[in-house]
Amino acid sequence: MSITLKPNIEKPDAFYEMLTDAQRDMSDEDANDMNARLVLILANQIGDMDDLKQAIDLAK
Amino acid sequence: MLNTYDFPEFDYVQSPEQTSGETLRHDVVIVGAGPMGLTAALDFAARGLKVVVLDDNNTVSVGSRAVCYAKRPLEIWDRLGIAKQMLDKGIEWKLGRVFFRDQEVYTFDLLPEDGHKIPAFINLQQYYLEEYMVAACEKNPLIDLRWKHKVVALHTHDDYAELAVETPNGIFNMEASWVIACDGANSDIRRMVGADFTGQFFQDRFLIADIVMKADFPTERWFWFNPDFHRGQSALLHKQSDDVWRLDFQLGWDSDPEVEKRPENIIPRVKAMIGHDVKFELEWASVYQFACRRVDQLRHGRVLFAGDAAHQVSPFGARGANTGVQDIDNLSWKLAAVLRDEAPEALIDSYHDERAFAADDNLLNSTRSTDFITPKNNASRRYRNAVLSLAKSHEFARPLVNSGRLSTPTPYVESPLNTADDSTWNGLMVPGTCAADAPIKVAGQDGWLLELLREGFALLVFGLEATPVEAGVFTPKLIVAGKDFEDTAGLASERYDGQDGAVYLIRPDQHVAARWRSFDAEKIRAAIARATAGALS
Repeated sequence: MSITLKPNIEKPDAFYEMLTDAQRDMSDEDANDMNARLVLILANQIGDMDDLKQAIDLAK
Repeated sequence: MLNTYDFPEFDYVQSPEQTSGETLRHDVVIVGAGPMGLTAALDFAARGLKVVVLDDNNTVSVGSRAVCYAKRPLEIWDRLGIAKQMLDKGIEWKLGRVFFRDQEVYTFDLLPEDGHKIPAFINLQQYYLEEYMVAACEKNPLIDLRWKHKVVALHTHDDYAELAVETPNGIFNMEASWVIACDGANSDIRRMVGADFTGQFFQDRFLIADIVMKADFPTERWFWFNPDFHRGQSALLHKQSDDVWRLDFQLGWDSDPEVEKRPENIIPRVKAMIGHDVKFELEWASVYQFACRRVDQLRHGRVLFAGDAAHQVSPFGARGANTGVQDIDNLSWKLAAVLRDEAPEALIDSYHDERAFAADDNLLNSTRSTDFITPKNNASRRYRNAVLSLAKSHEFARPLVNSGRLSTPTPYVESPLNTADDSTWNGLMVPGTCAADAPIKVAGQDGWLLELLREGFALLVFGLEATPVEAGVFTPKLIVAGKDFEDTAGLASERYDGQDGAVYLIRPDQHVAARWRSFDAEKIRAAIARATAGALS
Protein backbone atom coordinates (compact mmCIF):
# COMPACT_ATOMS: atom_id res chain seq x y z
CA MET A 1 0.00 0.00 0.00
CA SER A 2 1.17 3.54 -0.59
CA ILE A 3 -0.38 6.93 0.00
CA THR A 4 -2.63 8.41 -2.64
CA LEU A 5 -1.29 11.45 -4.47
CA LYS A 6 -4.32 11.74 -6.74
CA PRO A 7 -6.96 14.31 -5.76
CA ASN A 8 -9.09 12.62 -3.10
CA ILE A 9 -10.68 15.46 -1.10
CA GLU A 10 -14.39 15.42 -1.76
CA LYS A 11 -14.98 19.20 -1.85
CA PRO A 12 -11.58 20.91 -2.06
CA ASP A 13 -12.80 24.51 -1.68
CA ALA A 14 -15.16 23.69 1.17
CA PHE A 15 -12.43 21.72 2.96
CA TYR A 16 -9.92 24.57 2.58
CA GLU A 17 -12.46 27.05 3.90
CA MET A 18 -13.21 24.80 6.90
CA LEU A 19 -9.51 24.43 7.67
CA THR A 20 -8.56 28.11 7.43
CA ASP A 21 -11.75 29.29 9.11
CA ALA A 22 -10.86 27.10 12.11
CA GLN A 23 -7.69 29.18 12.55
CA ARG A 24 -9.03 32.57 11.50
CA ASP A 25 -9.16 34.02 15.00
CA MET A 26 -6.23 32.06 16.49
CA SER A 27 -2.82 33.40 17.38
CA ASP A 28 -0.01 32.00 15.28
CA GLU A 29 1.12 29.81 18.18
CA ASP A 30 -2.38 28.42 18.74
CA ALA A 31 -2.69 27.70 15.01
CA ASN A 32 0.64 25.84 15.06
CA ASP A 33 -0.47 23.82 18.05
CA MET A 34 -3.72 22.98 16.29
CA ASN A 35 -1.79 21.87 13.19
CA ALA A 36 0.31 19.50 15.32
CA ARG A 37 -2.81 17.97 16.85
CA LEU A 38 -4.42 17.72 13.42
CA VAL A 39 -1.39 15.87 11.99
CA LEU A 40 -1.55 13.36 14.83
CA ILE A 41 -5.28 12.80 14.36
CA LEU A 42 -4.88 12.26 10.61
CA ALA A 43 -1.81 10.05 11.18
CA ASN A 44 -3.92 7.81 13.39
CA GLN A 45 -6.47 7.59 10.59
CA ILE A 46 -3.75 6.45 8.18
CA GLY A 47 -2.11 4.07 10.65
CA ASP A 48 0.20 2.26 8.24
CA MET A 49 3.86 2.92 9.08
CA ASP A 50 5.12 2.87 5.49
CA ASP A 51 2.44 5.34 4.42
CA LEU A 52 3.26 7.64 7.31
CA LYS A 53 6.95 7.55 6.46
CA GLN A 54 6.18 8.34 2.83
CA ALA A 55 4.02 11.29 3.86
CA ILE A 56 6.68 12.64 6.20
CA ASP A 57 9.32 12.38 3.48
CA LEU A 58 7.09 14.21 0.99
CA ALA A 59 6.30 17.00 3.39
CA LYS A 60 9.96 17.62 4.38
CA MET B 1 -8.83 59.63 -24.40
CA LEU B 2 -7.53 56.09 -24.79
CA ASN B 3 -4.94 55.17 -27.39
CA THR B 4 -7.10 52.44 -28.83
CA TYR B 5 -10.66 53.67 -28.33
CA ASP B 6 -12.67 56.85 -28.87
CA PHE B 7 -15.60 57.15 -26.54
CA PRO B 8 -18.89 57.82 -28.30
CA GLU B 9 -21.06 60.63 -26.99
CA PHE B 10 -24.74 59.81 -27.21
CA ASP B 11 -27.23 62.60 -27.77
CA TYR B 12 -29.40 63.83 -24.97
CA VAL B 13 -32.95 64.26 -26.22
CA GLN B 14 -35.70 65.81 -24.14
CA SER B 15 -38.56 63.33 -23.94
CA PRO B 16 -42.05 64.33 -25.11
CA GLU B 17 -43.40 63.59 -21.64
CA GLN B 18 -40.99 66.05 -20.04
CA THR B 19 -41.83 68.64 -22.68
CA SER B 20 -45.56 68.23 -22.20
CA GLY B 21 -45.43 67.82 -18.42
CA GLU B 22 -47.83 64.90 -18.65
CA THR B 23 -46.94 62.04 -16.27
CA LEU B 24 -47.00 58.73 -18.15
CA ARG B 25 -47.22 55.20 -16.71
CA HIS B 26 -44.65 52.95 -18.41
CA ASP B 27 -44.65 49.16 -18.21
CA VAL B 28 -40.94 48.89 -17.50
CA VAL B 29 -38.34 51.50 -16.62
CA ILE B 30 -34.75 50.28 -16.45
CA VAL B 31 -32.34 52.41 -14.44
CA GLY B 32 -28.76 52.25 -15.72
CA ALA B 33 -27.45 51.62 -19.26
CA GLY B 34 -24.47 49.47 -18.32
CA PRO B 35 -24.15 45.84 -19.43
CA MET B 36 -27.12 44.77 -17.27
CA GLY B 37 -29.49 47.58 -18.20
CA LEU B 38 -28.73 47.19 -21.90
CA THR B 39 -29.11 43.40 -21.76
CA ALA B 40 -32.39 43.88 -19.92
CA ALA B 41 -33.64 46.29 -22.57
CA LEU B 42 -32.78 43.88 -25.39
CA ASP B 43 -34.13 40.81 -23.63
CA PHE B 44 -37.39 42.46 -22.52
CA ALA B 45 -37.88 43.84 -26.04
CA ALA B 46 -37.17 40.38 -27.48
CA ARG B 47 -40.12 39.18 -25.39
CA GLY B 48 -42.30 41.96 -26.76
CA LEU B 49 -42.13 44.48 -23.91
CA LYS B 50 -41.78 48.22 -24.43
CA VAL B 51 -39.03 49.58 -22.18
CA VAL B 52 -37.53 52.93 -21.19
CA VAL B 53 -33.87 52.95 -20.15
CA LEU B 54 -32.56 55.87 -18.07
CA ASP B 55 -28.84 56.60 -17.71
CA ASP B 56 -27.28 59.55 -15.90
CA ASN B 57 -24.33 59.63 -18.33
CA ASN B 58 -24.07 59.76 -22.13
CA THR B 59 -21.29 57.38 -23.03
CA VAL B 60 -20.12 53.81 -22.48
CA SER B 61 -18.01 52.51 -19.61
CA VAL B 62 -14.87 54.57 -19.13
CA GLY B 63 -11.98 52.13 -18.82
CA SER B 64 -12.23 48.49 -19.74
CA ARG B 65 -13.52 47.38 -16.29
CA ALA B 66 -15.21 44.00 -16.81
CA VAL B 67 -13.07 41.94 -19.16
CA CYS B 68 -13.96 38.23 -19.09
CA TYR B 69 -17.27 37.04 -20.50
CA ALA B 70 -18.28 33.45 -19.91
CA LYS B 71 -20.08 30.90 -22.05
CA ARG B 72 -23.53 31.25 -20.48
CA PRO B 73 -23.93 35.05 -20.81
CA LEU B 74 -22.59 34.74 -24.37
CA GLU B 75 -25.29 32.13 -25.05
CA ILE B 76 -27.86 34.60 -23.73
CA TRP B 77 -26.47 37.37 -25.93
CA ASP B 78 -26.52 34.88 -28.82
CA ARG B 79 -30.24 34.34 -28.19
CA LEU B 80 -30.56 38.15 -28.43
CA GLY B 81 -28.59 38.18 -31.70
CA ILE B 82 -25.62 40.23 -30.46
CA ALA B 83 -23.01 37.62 -29.54
CA LYS B 84 -21.38 37.38 -32.97
CA GLN B 85 -19.90 40.89 -32.80
CA MET B 86 -18.57 40.18 -29.33
CA LEU B 87 -17.07 36.85 -30.38
CA ASP B 88 -15.52 38.41 -33.49
CA LYS B 89 -13.91 41.24 -31.56
CA GLY B 90 -13.13 39.39 -28.35
CA ILE B 91 -10.16 37.22 -27.56
CA GLU B 92 -11.03 33.58 -27.03
CA TRP B 93 -9.19 31.70 -24.30
CA LYS B 94 -9.55 28.64 -22.15
CA LEU B 95 -6.17 28.00 -20.55
CA GLY B 96 -5.10 29.42 -17.23
CA ARG B 97 -1.65 29.10 -15.71
CA VAL B 98 -0.80 29.60 -12.06
CA PHE B 99 2.68 30.48 -10.86
CA PHE B 100 4.13 30.44 -7.34
CA ARG B 101 7.20 32.63 -7.09
CA ASP B 102 8.63 32.13 -10.58
CA GLN B 103 7.60 28.53 -11.12
CA GLU B 104 4.52 27.26 -12.89
CA VAL B 105 2.54 25.07 -10.51
CA TYR B 106 -0.74 24.43 -12.24
CA THR B 107 -2.57 24.74 -15.59
CA PHE B 108 -6.32 24.51 -16.07
CA ASP B 109 -8.53 24.14 -19.12
CA LEU B 110 -11.96 25.75 -18.82
CA LEU B 111 -13.75 23.84 -21.55
CA PRO B 112 -12.18 20.45 -21.98
CA GLU B 113 -15.22 19.29 -23.99
CA ASP B 114 -15.88 19.98 -27.69
CA GLY B 115 -19.26 20.41 -29.34
CA HIS B 116 -20.44 23.77 -27.98
CA LYS B 117 -21.24 26.77 -30.18
CA ILE B 118 -19.94 29.28 -27.64
CA PRO B 119 -16.39 29.16 -26.21
CA ALA B 120 -15.66 28.92 -22.49
CA PHE B 121 -14.58 32.54 -22.24
CA ILE B 122 -13.76 35.61 -24.26
CA ASN B 123 -11.99 38.74 -23.09
CA LEU B 124 -13.37 42.02 -24.35
CA GLN B 125 -13.22 45.55 -23.00
CA GLN B 126 -16.52 46.56 -21.43
CA TYR B 127 -16.84 49.65 -23.66
CA TYR B 128 -17.02 47.49 -26.80
CA LEU B 129 -19.67 45.30 -25.24
CA GLU B 130 -21.76 48.35 -24.31
CA GLU B 131 -21.22 50.00 -27.68
CA TYR B 132 -22.59 46.94 -29.50
CA MET B 133 -25.57 46.74 -27.19
CA VAL B 134 -26.36 50.45 -27.48
CA ALA B 135 -26.35 50.09 -31.28
CA ALA B 136 -28.76 47.13 -31.03
CA CYS B 137 -31.01 49.08 -28.64
CA GLU B 138 -31.10 52.09 -30.95
CA LYS B 139 -32.33 49.87 -33.79
CA ASN B 140 -35.13 48.40 -31.67
CA PRO B 141 -38.43 50.34 -31.80
CA LEU B 142 -39.50 48.89 -28.44
CA ILE B 143 -36.50 50.43 -26.62
CA ASP B 144 -36.44 54.09 -25.60
CA LEU B 145 -32.89 54.80 -24.45
CA ARG B 146 -32.59 58.13 -22.64
CA TRP B 147 -29.18 59.60 -21.82
CA LYS B 148 -28.54 62.26 -19.16
CA HIS B 149 -31.56 61.09 -17.20
CA LYS B 150 -30.79 60.72 -13.50
CA VAL B 151 -33.33 59.27 -11.08
CA VAL B 152 -33.36 61.60 -8.06
CA ALA B 153 -36.33 60.21 -6.13
CA LEU B 154 -38.44 57.08 -6.12
CA HIS B 155 -41.70 56.29 -4.31
CA THR B 156 -43.18 52.82 -4.39
CA HIS B 157 -46.88 51.96 -4.39
CA ASP B 158 -48.65 48.60 -4.45
CA ASP B 159 -48.74 48.30 -8.20
CA TYR B 160 -46.39 50.95 -9.54
CA ALA B 161 -43.50 53.27 -8.68
CA GLU B 162 -43.12 57.01 -9.15
CA LEU B 163 -39.77 58.34 -10.29
CA ALA B 164 -38.47 61.89 -10.28
CA VAL B 165 -35.92 62.21 -13.07
CA GLU B 166 -33.43 65.02 -13.58
CA THR B 167 -32.25 65.99 -17.07
CA PRO B 168 -30.46 69.06 -18.45
CA ASN B 169 -34.01 70.50 -18.80
CA GLY B 170 -34.88 70.06 -15.13
CA ILE B 171 -36.83 67.49 -13.14
CA PHE B 172 -39.92 65.63 -14.34
CA ASN B 173 -41.98 62.71 -13.03
CA MET B 174 -42.55 59.28 -14.52
CA GLU B 175 -44.47 56.22 -13.36
CA ALA B 176 -43.55 52.60 -13.98
CA SER B 177 -45.39 49.36 -13.36
CA TRP B 178 -41.97 47.81 -12.80
CA VAL B 179 -38.59 49.42 -12.15
CA ILE B 180 -35.48 47.38 -12.90
CA ALA B 181 -32.51 48.71 -10.92
CA CYS B 182 -29.36 48.04 -12.94
CA ASP B 183 -27.50 51.00 -11.47
CA GLY B 184 -24.46 49.17 -10.20
CA ALA B 185 -22.78 48.44 -6.89
CA ASN B 186 -23.42 51.96 -5.59
CA SER B 187 -27.09 51.79 -6.61
CA ASP B 188 -29.07 54.94 -5.78
CA ILE B 189 -32.29 52.99 -6.23
CA ARG B 190 -31.23 50.54 -3.53
CA ARG B 191 -30.72 53.44 -1.15
CA MET B 192 -34.06 54.99 -2.16
CA VAL B 193 -36.04 51.85 -1.33
CA GLY B 194 -34.03 51.34 1.86
CA ALA B 195 -32.83 47.84 0.97
CA ASP B 196 -30.07 46.28 3.06
CA PHE B 197 -26.83 45.48 1.25
CA THR B 198 -24.60 43.60 3.62
CA GLY B 199 -21.65 41.24 3.46
CA GLN B 200 -17.91 41.09 3.88
CA PHE B 201 -15.43 43.88 3.03
CA PHE B 202 -11.88 42.82 2.23
CA GLN B 203 -9.00 44.80 3.62
CA ASP B 204 -6.86 44.83 0.53
CA ARG B 205 -6.32 47.03 -2.50
CA PHE B 206 -5.62 46.15 -6.10
CA LEU B 207 -4.19 48.18 -8.97
CA ILE B 208 -5.59 47.34 -12.39
CA ALA B 209 -3.74 48.75 -15.36
CA ASP B 210 -4.56 48.32 -19.03
CA ILE B 211 -1.53 48.66 -21.25
CA VAL B 212 -1.06 48.57 -25.02
CA MET B 213 1.81 46.39 -26.17
CA LYS B 214 2.80 44.10 -28.99
CA ALA B 215 3.92 41.02 -27.14
CA ASP B 216 3.97 37.35 -27.80
CA PHE B 217 2.62 36.26 -24.45
CA PRO B 218 0.03 33.57 -25.21
CA THR B 219 -3.71 34.21 -24.92
CA GLU B 220 -3.97 32.64 -21.49
CA ARG B 221 -4.76 33.82 -18.01
CA TRP B 222 -1.52 34.03 -16.02
CA PHE B 223 -1.78 34.35 -12.28
CA TRP B 224 1.17 34.69 -9.92
CA PHE B 225 1.26 34.13 -6.19
CA ASN B 226 4.15 36.00 -4.60
CA PRO B 227 6.18 36.50 -7.79
CA ASP B 228 9.75 37.78 -7.59
CA PHE B 229 8.70 40.90 -9.55
CA HIS B 230 6.03 41.77 -6.99
CA ARG B 231 7.04 40.14 -3.72
CA GLY B 232 4.53 39.18 -1.11
CA GLN B 233 1.50 39.93 -3.34
CA SER B 234 -0.36 38.43 -6.29
CA ALA B 235 -0.48 39.55 -9.93
CA LEU B 236 -2.48 38.78 -13.07
CA LEU B 237 -1.88 39.17 -16.81
CA HIS B 238 -4.65 38.76 -19.36
CA LYS B 239 -5.08 39.77 -23.00
CA GLN B 240 -7.92 41.89 -24.40
CA SER B 241 -8.68 43.15 -27.92
CA ASP B 242 -6.56 45.72 -29.80
CA ASP B 243 -3.31 44.53 -28.14
CA VAL B 244 -4.57 45.82 -24.81
CA TRP B 245 -3.48 43.75 -21.82
CA ARG B 246 -5.05 43.73 -18.39
CA LEU B 247 -2.57 43.74 -15.52
CA ASP B 248 -3.66 43.38 -11.94
CA PHE B 249 -1.42 43.93 -8.93
CA GLN B 250 -2.37 43.23 -5.34
CA LEU B 251 -1.14 46.18 -3.28
CA GLY B 252 -2.05 45.43 0.33
CA TRP B 253 -4.27 47.42 2.66
CA ASP B 254 -1.64 49.98 3.69
CA SER B 255 -1.11 51.29 0.14
CA ASP B 256 -2.32 54.78 -0.77
CA PRO B 257 -4.66 54.60 -3.77
CA GLU B 258 -3.93 58.17 -4.88
CA VAL B 259 -0.18 57.52 -4.91
CA GLU B 260 -0.52 54.14 -6.59
CA LYS B 261 -2.65 55.56 -9.41
CA ARG B 262 0.13 57.88 -10.60
CA PRO B 263 1.76 56.75 -13.85
CA GLU B 264 5.26 57.21 -12.40
CA ASN B 265 4.41 54.58 -9.81
CA ILE B 266 2.53 52.24 -12.16
CA ILE B 267 5.14 52.09 -14.90
CA PRO B 268 7.93 50.52 -12.78
CA ARG B 269 5.50 47.83 -11.60
CA VAL B 270 4.54 47.05 -15.20
CA LYS B 271 8.18 46.92 -16.32
CA ALA B 272 9.03 44.56 -13.49
CA MET B 273 6.27 42.22 -14.69
CA ILE B 274 6.65 42.25 -18.48
CA GLY B 275 10.37 43.04 -18.75
CA HIS B 276 12.27 46.29 -19.08
CA ASP B 277 12.76 45.98 -22.83
CA VAL B 278 9.11 45.55 -23.80
CA LYS B 279 7.57 48.73 -25.19
CA PHE B 280 4.13 49.62 -23.91
CA GLU B 281 1.78 52.52 -23.30
CA LEU B 282 -0.40 52.92 -20.26
CA GLU B 283 -4.04 53.00 -21.36
CA TRP B 284 -6.09 53.16 -18.18
CA ALA B 285 -5.57 52.42 -14.50
CA SER B 286 -7.65 52.21 -11.39
CA VAL B 287 -7.13 51.22 -7.75
CA TYR B 288 -9.95 49.32 -6.16
CA GLN B 289 -10.95 47.46 -3.05
CA PHE B 290 -13.88 45.13 -2.90
CA ALA B 291 -16.67 43.57 -0.96
CA CYS B 292 -18.79 40.46 -1.26
CA ARG B 293 -22.40 41.38 -0.46
CA ARG B 294 -26.00 40.94 -1.59
CA VAL B 295 -29.20 42.93 -1.37
CA ASP B 296 -31.65 41.44 1.16
CA GLN B 297 -34.46 40.90 -1.39
CA LEU B 298 -34.05 41.08 -5.18
CA ARG B 299 -37.68 42.19 -5.29
CA HIS B 300 -38.85 45.22 -3.30
CA GLY B 301 -42.49 45.54 -4.37
CA ARG B 302 -42.38 46.82 -7.93
CA VAL B 303 -38.61 47.40 -7.86
CA LEU B 304 -36.35 44.55 -9.00
CA PHE B 305 -32.59 44.56 -8.52
CA ALA B 306 -30.19 42.98 -11.01
CA GLY B 307 -26.43 42.80 -11.55
CA ASP B 308 -24.08 44.65 -9.19
CA ALA B 309 -27.02 46.60 -7.75
CA ALA B 310 -28.20 43.24 -6.37
CA HIS B 311 -24.90 41.57 -5.55
CA GLN B 312 -21.26 42.53 -5.51
CA VAL B 313 -18.43 40.01 -5.68
CA SER B 314 -14.64 40.18 -5.79
CA PRO B 315 -13.29 40.18 -9.35
CA PHE B 316 -11.58 36.78 -9.01
CA GLY B 317 -13.64 34.39 -11.10
CA ALA B 318 -15.29 36.95 -13.39
CA ARG B 319 -18.54 36.46 -11.53
CA GLY B 320 -19.88 40.03 -11.63
CA ALA B 321 -21.13 40.86 -15.11
CA ASN B 322 -21.48 37.19 -15.99
CA THR B 323 -23.96 36.47 -13.24
CA GLY B 324 -25.76 39.78 -13.80
CA VAL B 325 -26.64 38.81 -17.36
CA GLN B 326 -28.13 35.60 -16.00
CA ASP B 327 -30.29 37.67 -13.63
CA ILE B 328 -31.81 39.33 -16.67
CA ASP B 329 -32.23 36.01 -18.52
CA ASN B 330 -34.13 34.70 -15.51
CA LEU B 331 -36.31 37.78 -15.13
CA SER B 332 -37.30 38.67 -18.68
CA TRP B 333 -39.75 35.85 -19.51
CA LYS B 334 -41.32 36.05 -16.06
CA LEU B 335 -41.81 39.81 -16.27
CA ALA B 336 -43.29 39.50 -19.76
CA ALA B 337 -45.77 36.82 -18.60
CA VAL B 338 -46.82 38.84 -15.53
CA LEU B 339 -47.15 42.13 -17.40
CA ARG B 340 -49.42 40.42 -19.93
CA ASP B 341 -51.47 38.85 -17.11
CA GLU B 342 -50.53 35.40 -18.38
CA ALA B 343 -49.03 34.34 -15.05
CA PRO B 344 -49.59 35.41 -11.43
CA GLU B 345 -47.28 37.95 -9.82
CA ALA B 346 -45.86 35.12 -7.69
CA LEU B 347 -43.81 34.15 -10.75
CA ILE B 348 -41.74 37.30 -10.12
CA ASP B 349 -41.01 36.10 -6.58
CA SER B 350 -39.24 33.09 -8.06
CA TYR B 351 -36.76 35.61 -9.51
CA HIS B 352 -35.52 36.20 -5.97
CA ASP B 353 -35.62 32.48 -5.09
CA GLU B 354 -33.52 31.49 -8.08
CA ARG B 355 -31.17 34.42 -8.48
CA ALA B 356 -30.47 35.01 -4.79
CA PHE B 357 -29.55 31.31 -4.66
CA ALA B 358 -27.16 31.88 -7.59
CA ALA B 359 -25.82 35.08 -6.00
CA ASP B 360 -25.06 33.24 -2.78
CA ASP B 361 -23.21 30.56 -4.73
CA ASN B 362 -21.17 33.27 -6.47
CA LEU B 363 -20.50 35.03 -3.18
CA LEU B 364 -19.31 31.77 -1.61
CA ASN B 365 -16.95 31.01 -4.49
CA SER B 366 -15.72 34.57 -4.70
CA THR B 367 -15.10 34.78 -0.95
CA ARG B 368 -13.17 31.49 -0.97
CA SER B 369 -10.98 32.67 -3.85
CA THR B 370 -10.32 35.97 -2.13
CA ASP B 371 -9.42 34.22 1.12
CA PHE B 372 -6.93 32.05 -0.77
CA ILE B 373 -5.41 34.98 -2.67
CA THR B 374 -5.28 37.36 0.30
CA PRO B 375 -4.76 35.18 3.40
CA LYS B 376 -6.20 36.71 6.54
CA ASN B 377 -3.45 35.61 8.94
CA ASN B 378 -0.13 33.78 9.07
CA ALA B 379 -1.83 30.46 9.62
CA SER B 380 -3.80 30.64 6.38
CA ARG B 381 -0.81 32.07 4.50
CA ARG B 382 1.15 29.01 5.63
CA TYR B 383 -1.54 26.69 4.26
CA ARG B 384 -1.77 28.69 1.04
CA ASN B 385 1.97 28.43 0.48
CA ALA B 386 1.95 24.74 1.39
CA VAL B 387 -0.73 24.07 -1.22
CA LEU B 388 1.23 25.99 -3.85
CA SER B 389 4.55 24.32 -3.10
CA LEU B 390 2.97 20.85 -3.22
CA ALA B 391 0.92 21.57 -6.36
CA LYS B 392 3.92 21.70 -8.66
CA SER B 393 4.81 18.03 -8.17
CA HIS B 394 1.67 16.53 -6.70
CA GLU B 395 -1.64 16.37 -8.47
CA PHE B 396 -3.61 15.99 -5.24
CA ALA B 397 -2.87 19.56 -4.17
CA ARG B 398 -3.96 21.18 -7.42
CA PRO B 399 -7.72 21.25 -6.78
CA LEU B 400 -6.91 23.28 -3.65
CA VAL B 401 -5.15 26.02 -5.65
CA ASN B 402 -7.65 28.85 -5.95
CA SER B 403 -6.76 31.83 -8.13
CA GLY B 404 -10.45 32.40 -8.88
CA ARG B 405 -13.10 29.81 -9.69
CA LEU B 406 -14.28 31.08 -13.03
CA SER B 407 -17.95 31.82 -13.55
CA THR B 408 -20.22 28.91 -14.42
CA PRO B 409 -24.03 28.96 -14.18
CA THR B 410 -25.53 27.96 -10.84
CA PRO B 411 -28.27 25.32 -11.33
CA TYR B 412 -31.51 26.34 -9.57
CA VAL B 413 -31.70 22.97 -7.85
CA GLU B 414 -33.95 24.23 -5.06
CA SER B 415 -36.30 26.25 -7.24
CA PRO B 416 -40.05 26.05 -6.54
CA LEU B 417 -40.54 26.07 -10.33
CA ASN B 418 -38.87 22.66 -10.75
CA THR B 419 -40.72 19.37 -10.92
CA ALA B 420 -38.75 16.65 -9.13
CA ASP B 421 -37.47 13.65 -11.08
CA ASP B 422 -39.58 10.50 -10.82
CA SER B 423 -36.97 8.20 -12.39
CA THR B 424 -33.18 7.84 -12.39
CA TRP B 425 -30.90 9.80 -14.67
CA ASN B 426 -27.23 10.15 -15.54
CA GLY B 427 -25.46 13.35 -16.49
CA LEU B 428 -25.84 16.98 -15.55
CA MET B 429 -29.28 18.01 -16.81
CA VAL B 430 -31.12 17.97 -13.47
CA PRO B 431 -34.17 20.25 -13.18
CA GLY B 432 -33.03 23.84 -12.63
CA THR B 433 -29.95 23.46 -14.85
CA CYS B 434 -29.44 25.52 -18.00
CA ALA B 435 -29.75 23.42 -21.12
CA ALA B 436 -26.51 22.06 -22.58
CA ASP B 437 -25.69 22.86 -26.17
CA ALA B 438 -24.79 20.22 -28.77
CA PRO B 439 -23.97 20.23 -32.48
CA ILE B 440 -26.94 19.10 -34.60
CA LYS B 441 -28.23 19.23 -38.15
CA VAL B 442 -31.55 20.79 -39.13
CA ALA B 443 -32.78 19.99 -42.67
CA GLY B 444 -29.23 18.96 -43.57
CA GLN B 445 -27.69 22.21 -42.30
CA ASP B 446 -25.21 22.38 -39.40
CA GLY B 447 -26.67 24.06 -36.35
CA TRP B 448 -26.78 24.05 -32.57
CA LEU B 449 -29.33 22.68 -30.17
CA LEU B 450 -29.66 25.95 -28.24
CA GLU B 451 -30.66 27.71 -31.45
CA LEU B 452 -33.86 25.65 -31.39
CA LEU B 453 -34.72 26.88 -27.88
CA ARG B 454 -35.32 30.54 -28.54
CA GLU B 455 -38.93 31.46 -27.81
CA GLY B 456 -41.20 30.05 -25.13
CA PHE B 457 -41.37 26.67 -23.45
CA ALA B 458 -40.04 23.67 -25.35
CA LEU B 459 -40.30 19.90 -25.13
CA LEU B 460 -37.05 18.23 -26.13
CA VAL B 461 -37.80 14.60 -26.93
CA PHE B 462 -35.46 11.65 -27.47
CA GLY B 463 -36.76 8.29 -28.64
CA LEU B 464 -40.38 8.68 -27.51
CA GLU B 465 -43.66 9.13 -29.34
CA ALA B 466 -44.55 12.81 -28.83
CA THR B 467 -47.81 14.65 -29.42
CA PRO B 468 -48.58 18.39 -29.08
CA VAL B 469 -49.46 19.50 -25.52
CA GLU B 470 -51.95 22.36 -25.29
CA ALA B 471 -51.06 24.93 -22.63
CA GLY B 472 -52.42 28.25 -23.92
CA VAL B 473 -49.71 30.90 -24.34
CA PHE B 474 -47.26 28.49 -22.69
CA THR B 475 -47.85 25.72 -25.24
CA PRO B 476 -44.41 24.18 -25.65
CA LYS B 477 -42.67 23.88 -28.99
CA LEU B 478 -42.04 20.21 -29.81
CA ILE B 479 -38.42 19.47 -30.65
CA VAL B 480 -38.03 15.79 -31.45
CA ALA B 481 -34.63 14.19 -32.06
CA GLY B 482 -34.55 12.44 -35.42
CA LYS B 483 -37.48 14.51 -36.69
CA ASP B 484 -36.92 18.21 -35.96
CA PHE B 485 -33.15 17.80 -35.81
CA GLU B 486 -30.50 15.15 -36.43
CA ASP B 487 -28.28 14.38 -33.48
CA THR B 488 -25.45 13.58 -35.88
CA ALA B 489 -22.65 13.43 -33.33
CA GLY B 490 -24.84 11.76 -30.70
CA LEU B 491 -23.85 14.46 -28.23
CA ALA B 492 -27.36 15.79 -27.60
CA SER B 493 -28.59 12.35 -26.61
CA GLU B 494 -25.46 11.79 -24.50
CA ARG B 495 -25.68 15.14 -22.67
CA TYR B 496 -29.41 14.68 -21.97
CA ASP B 497 -29.13 10.96 -21.13
CA GLY B 498 -31.63 10.34 -23.90
CA GLN B 499 -30.54 6.88 -25.08
CA ASP B 500 -33.39 5.11 -23.27
CA GLY B 501 -36.00 7.72 -24.18
CA ALA B 502 -36.42 11.10 -22.54
CA VAL B 503 -38.63 14.17 -22.63
CA TYR B 504 -37.39 17.48 -21.19
CA LEU B 505 -39.59 20.47 -20.44
CA ILE B 506 -37.37 23.51 -21.02
CA ARG B 507 -38.31 27.01 -19.86
CA PRO B 508 -38.13 30.15 -22.01
CA ASP B 509 -34.76 30.94 -20.36
CA GLN B 510 -33.38 27.58 -21.55
CA HIS B 511 -33.46 25.96 -18.12
CA VAL B 512 -34.73 22.44 -17.50
CA ALA B 513 -38.04 22.57 -15.60
CA ALA B 514 -38.82 18.83 -15.58
CA ARG B 515 -37.97 15.56 -17.34
CA TRP B 516 -39.50 12.13 -17.71
CA ARG B 517 -38.77 8.74 -19.17
CA SER B 518 -42.19 8.55 -20.81
CA PHE B 519 -44.38 11.09 -22.62
CA ASP B 520 -47.39 11.99 -20.44
CA ALA B 521 -49.29 15.13 -21.50
CA GLU B 522 -50.93 15.53 -18.08
CA LYS B 523 -47.60 15.46 -16.26
CA ILE B 524 -46.22 17.96 -18.77
CA ARG B 525 -49.17 20.33 -18.23
CA ALA B 526 -48.74 20.07 -14.47
CA ALA B 527 -45.04 20.88 -14.79
CA ILE B 528 -45.79 23.92 -16.96
CA ALA B 529 -48.29 25.08 -14.36
CA ARG B 530 -45.62 24.69 -11.68
CA ALA B 531 -42.95 26.46 -13.76
CA THR B 532 -45.28 29.43 -14.26
CA ALA B 533 -46.25 29.73 -10.58
CA GLY B 534 -49.69 28.30 -11.32
CA ALA B 535 -50.58 30.06 -14.57
CA LEU B 536 -52.40 26.99 -15.91
CA SER B 537 -54.10 25.83 -12.74
